[in-house]
Amino acid sequence: MSLEKNIKIDTRHLNLYFFEEKILKDINLEITSNQILGIIGPAGSGKTTFLRSLNRMNELEPGSRIEGQILLDGIDIYNSELDVISLRKRVGIVFALPVALPMSIYENVVYGVRLSGIKDKARLDEIVEKSLSAAFLWDELKDRLNLSGLRLSGGQQQRLCLARVLAMEPDVILLDEPCSGLDPISTSWIEDALIELKKNYTIVLVTNNTMQAARVADKTAFFLMGELLEVGLTKQIFTAPVKQETNDYITGRFG
Amino acid sequence: MFSEKGVERLLSVIAFSAISALALIALFIFIEGIPFLLKYGIKDFLLSSDWRPESGKFGIYPMISASFWVMLGAMLVGAPFGIAGAIFLAEFTPKTVMHIIKPAIELLAAVPSVIYGFIGVVVLAPIIREVFGGPGLSLLAGAIILGIMILPTVISISIDSILAVPASFREGSLALGATIWQTVHMLTIKAAKSGIIASIILGMGRAIGETMAVIMVTGNAVMIPNSALDSVRTLTANIALEMSYATGMHREALFATGVVLFIVIIFLNAIASVVIRKKVITK
Repeated sequence: MSLEKNIKIDTRHLNLYFFEEKILKDINLEITSNQILGIIGPAGSGKTTFLRSLNRMNELEPGSRIEGQILLDGIDIYNSELDVISLRKRVGIVFALPVALPMSIYENVVYGVRLSGIKDKARLDEIVEKSLSAAFLWDELKDRLNLSGLRLSGGQQQRLCLARVLAMEPDVILLDEPCSGLDPISTSWIEDALIELKKNYTIVLVTNNTMQAARVADKTAFFLMGELLEVGLTKQIFTAPVKQETNDYITGRFG
Repeated sequence: MFSEKGVERLLSVIAFSAISALALIALFIFIEGIPFLLKYGIKDFLLSSDWRPESGKFGIYPMISASFWVMLGAMLVGAPFGIAGAIFLAEFTPKTVMHIIKPAIELLAAVPSVIYGFIGVVVLAPIIREVFGGPGLSLLAGAIILGIMILPTVISISIDSILAVPASFREGSLALGATIWQTVHMLTIKAAKSGIIASIILGMGRAIGETMAVIMVTGNAVMIPNSALDSVRTLTANIALEMSYATGMHREALFATGVVLFIVIIFLNAIASVVIRKKVITK
């Protein structure tokens, strides 16, 4: 039972289709609270689709359909009890391409919070400082909060996207290859932020950079052709994988 | 058959003649109209309400005021409907449906303006006469008919600018738990603002330049309107109605009226293109 309590997200026999094409095949994966789960796998393995199914972003594309269950704290997220709006407030996502919204840095951070009805200026100020600090961005930007978010560099915009999600105080943060377009220094900023953040959040990190998973993830899952091939402690996956394909992929011999 | 050089030269002549047509029109109106303005006095021409060509009185203030009010009325009718329609079609309608409805709306622009005038006279004016009183052929009738006539301009350009907002903005907003409507009014409309404003300005240009439908539905009395139910004559109507028999000073005064119209429309179009260009730069 005590083990059960630490499971934040639990997917059971999850199948996902786009029109007739089956993208995810019978995914059973438990995601532990206050840990970073790294998801690795070659392009087209379904890792991004899996990530986006966790806060129902796939629904924005036409033709998507799922079977099976995704439980968040034991509640089925595709069940009508939990509406998609509150789900997305609890499960935030940072996309591969850093996209600041076309408004000031300040407004970018409080965008989601304002939607939830918080209007008090002092409270909003506090949220902005807290979120930007957690994304390691406050010192750089505290004097330029009225600058348009679009004027920031890619690395700054990506951290701004992270701050935007943190401002919502979600339970879970999903990250879809958040560093794919970033330089090594911006990447290390993000990684440091994630390690700090897992104290308070459950984090799922999809990455094309296997070394990134090795550096930050507590557990690592390997996806191939829409299937979850293997999941385990990061150390074990990288030193003694059970499956031959996993070994081939992380040693770069995958063809 | 043609040499590369020859084709290039031919095309450049054709392109140049299109531009020179515009230049010639401008030149022609100005040459005919400017001497009158200098002779009669710009202030008397623009600000006097006395339009009696037979006595040599050429004050076009009533027409300026009529054109202004009809244009403003057309905006009040056309802009809210046009923008709401564009938002609905761009954000809440399946793409396949939108691709049928948008061309259909654009077809509204291809309906000859005399048809709009005809409907205004036969359907709209009697309704206004019965419901509100007055002659029916009025500023209000002109505003409503023009409001409908500018819908294709407003809707079509607004839809294009809404669809030009990057999908990643919408996705980012929805991912933060925004509803579609919250995303539209907090994000999409702001991002598409310059295109929407430009669509309204171009609609204004269309409204102020429209002639046939306006002549048919506004009653054409030369007077400064006291209410929306009064009969009015716009600048365009004034030229079209009197040009056929005007001579001498009278004819020159009508050309000067054309100068005023030309400047207003060039001004509106210039604002619209500045607004549109600004959007491209901030992206």
